[in-house]
Amino acid sequence: MIEISGLTKVYGQTTVLDGIDFTVADGEIAAVVGPSGAGKSTLARCINLLERPTAGSVVVGGRDLAALSGRELRRARREIGTVFQSANLLRRLTAAQNVALPMRHRGLEDAEVRRRVGDLLERVDMLHRANHFPSQLSGGQRQRIGIARGLALRPSVLLADEATSGLDPESTRSILGLLTGLRDELGVTLLVITHEMDVVRGIADQVAQLDHGRIVEHGSVVDVVRRSDSPLSRALLPMPPTPRAPEGLALWTLRYAADVVSPFWLSRASAQLGDLALLSALTEEVGGSSVGRLTVGLDPNQDAHRVASVFEALGITAERQIMGGIGVVAGAAGETAA
Amino acid sequence: MIPLLGTAWHDVPGLLGPAVWETARTVLIVMSVVVLVGGPLGLLIFNTSPLGLTPNRAVHVSISWIANLGRSLPFLVLMAAIIPVTRWVFHTTIGFKAAIIPMSVAGVAFFARLTENAVREVPRDLLDVGVASGSSRWQIISGIQLREALPGLVAGVTLNVIAMIEYSAIAGAIGSGGVGYLAVNYGYRRFDNNIMLACIVVLIALVQLIQFSGDRVVRALTR
Ligand SMILES: Nc1ncnc2c1ncn2[C@@H]1O[C@H](COP(=O)(O)OP(=O)(O)OP(=O)(O)O)[C@@H](O)[C@H]1O
Ligand SMILES: [Mg+2]
Repeated sequence: MIEISGLTKVYGQTTVLDGIDFTVADGEIAAVVGPSGAGKSTLARCINLLERPTAGSVVVGGRDLAALSGRELRRARREIGTVFQSANLLRRLTAAQNVALPMRHRGLEDAEVRRRVGDLLERVDMLHRANHFPSQLSGGQRQRIGIARGLALRPSVLLADEATSGLDPESTRSILGLLTGLRDELGVTLLVITHEMDVVRGIADQVAQLDHGRIVEHGSVVDVVRRSDSPLSRALLPMPPTPRAPEGLALWTLRYAADVVSPFWLSRASAQLGDLALLSALTEEVGGSSVGRLTVGLDPNQDAHRVASVFEALGITAERQIMGGIGVVAGAAGETAA
Repeated sequence: MIPLLGTAWHDVPGLLGPAVWETARTVLIVMSVVVLVGGPLGLLIFNTSPLGLTPNRAVHVSISWIANLGRSLPFLVLMAAIIPVTRWVFHTTIGFKAAIIPMSVAGVAFFARLTENAVREVPRDLLDVGVASGSSRWQIISGIQLREALPGLVAGVTLNVIAMIEYSAIAGAIGSGGVGYLAVNYGYRRFDNNIMLACIVVLIALVQLIQFSGDRVVRALTR
């Protein structure tokens, strides 16, 4: 459990974090997204107290880290695994020795260290590279070793700063699988920092968008993707490209989450609205729920408000597309006119 | 006037051999002091700096200042200035004992800087790995900082050894033994060209050998 309240970090004149309130429950995967320089890494560094907060508190596993003495703080930090932005492996140690480092410093017995290193390398699928040096590994392989090392002391919380940035989709997918497995099998609480929306869609339960040191939007991923008026939602679920639309149709953007929408919504909508052209569609598993995004074409003479309310009644967020903009909006997550 | 023939070639090894040994012994003794004192000093200078593990301005500034002091005087001046100390410790101001104190002072100051530079090259992020996993300060210094800086430290030792050979030759001028003494006394004062030549060849060979071996070790340690 990570409880952050009023967290502020100031460097000289620059306020990098500005009153952050954020809670990650036990066994939850939280993602923090945001543009470069938003303060994401600083947030992670304040959680394990690599940086001292200027104000506010960080409570991990019930302990307020800033209040601890040197010895207690060291003990508390062992509960928090950290995966660094660029893996940060020691160049002169092999993969296995890198993973072993925190355990050796912890004073574990040789046999125990060897056993755990074996287990961890197996978990990250790197046993075959145990005796390679970092310079002999690919970026993705280094990142895996970094993850294994972050898990070496069996932390209850794992902070992963850009664990997948710069990796190919294949490596990204397998690392995400690995992280989800940690939560599912070991109950680890995860804070994942990323700028890749794929990562958020793929594994996060909740997401917070950081900008200029403030959380500008946050919520459970399922809730966020249903929002019609939110930039984060649009970033999370960009619309699939629409092939050239036929003439004489009004285009509508629809979003829904399958858990609140009848599987037969399309025929029901059509029964009320008449002909309905399906122009593009994408359904995807997000935050444990399947989410759909579609573009449909309707008779332009239909009353836009009526269309919107028909969809709303079905649990679907509908927006009329107008030449690069969006007209009437309605839906499960609220009503806005742009 | 005596023709400037110099020492016969077959007598050169007899003179040169003990001189080389004298130089080697001096440098070896000095280098152990240098590494044992200069190394920790360099670690202290770096780790009390704003980039280090325990920033402490007062300690950083004062130790830094002392290390600079040891390097600001040309060795010849330092050596002369330090003679009273040498006399007090060893009750002599000539011979290889006399060279040890000024060489150690200059060497320690030099190596402190070389050590500081070597550990500065270790990315801060790597130290954070230790901090974040709850390692103790000493574990981070020995297990991460020194370990990662090892190639740089070996390069520093190589540089320092060569500087000490040079200093030992300068110390030859005030009557310490070694190759420098031989070169000054025979080669310079007695115009013994054979000895001069032999000294030059030996010094060049020595320095080349040390640099070559140092580079080899650095390469072997770099991953
Ligand atoms: N030690 C520091 N001193 C001064 N400013 C800093 C320091 N560390 C970070 N900053 C500033 O804080 C801001 C946020 O940095 P941070 O590394 O947290 O960004 P980020 O969101 O992780 O960006 P990225 O996506 O590029 O990794 C930046 O503007 C940076 O310049
Ligand atoms: Mg960052």
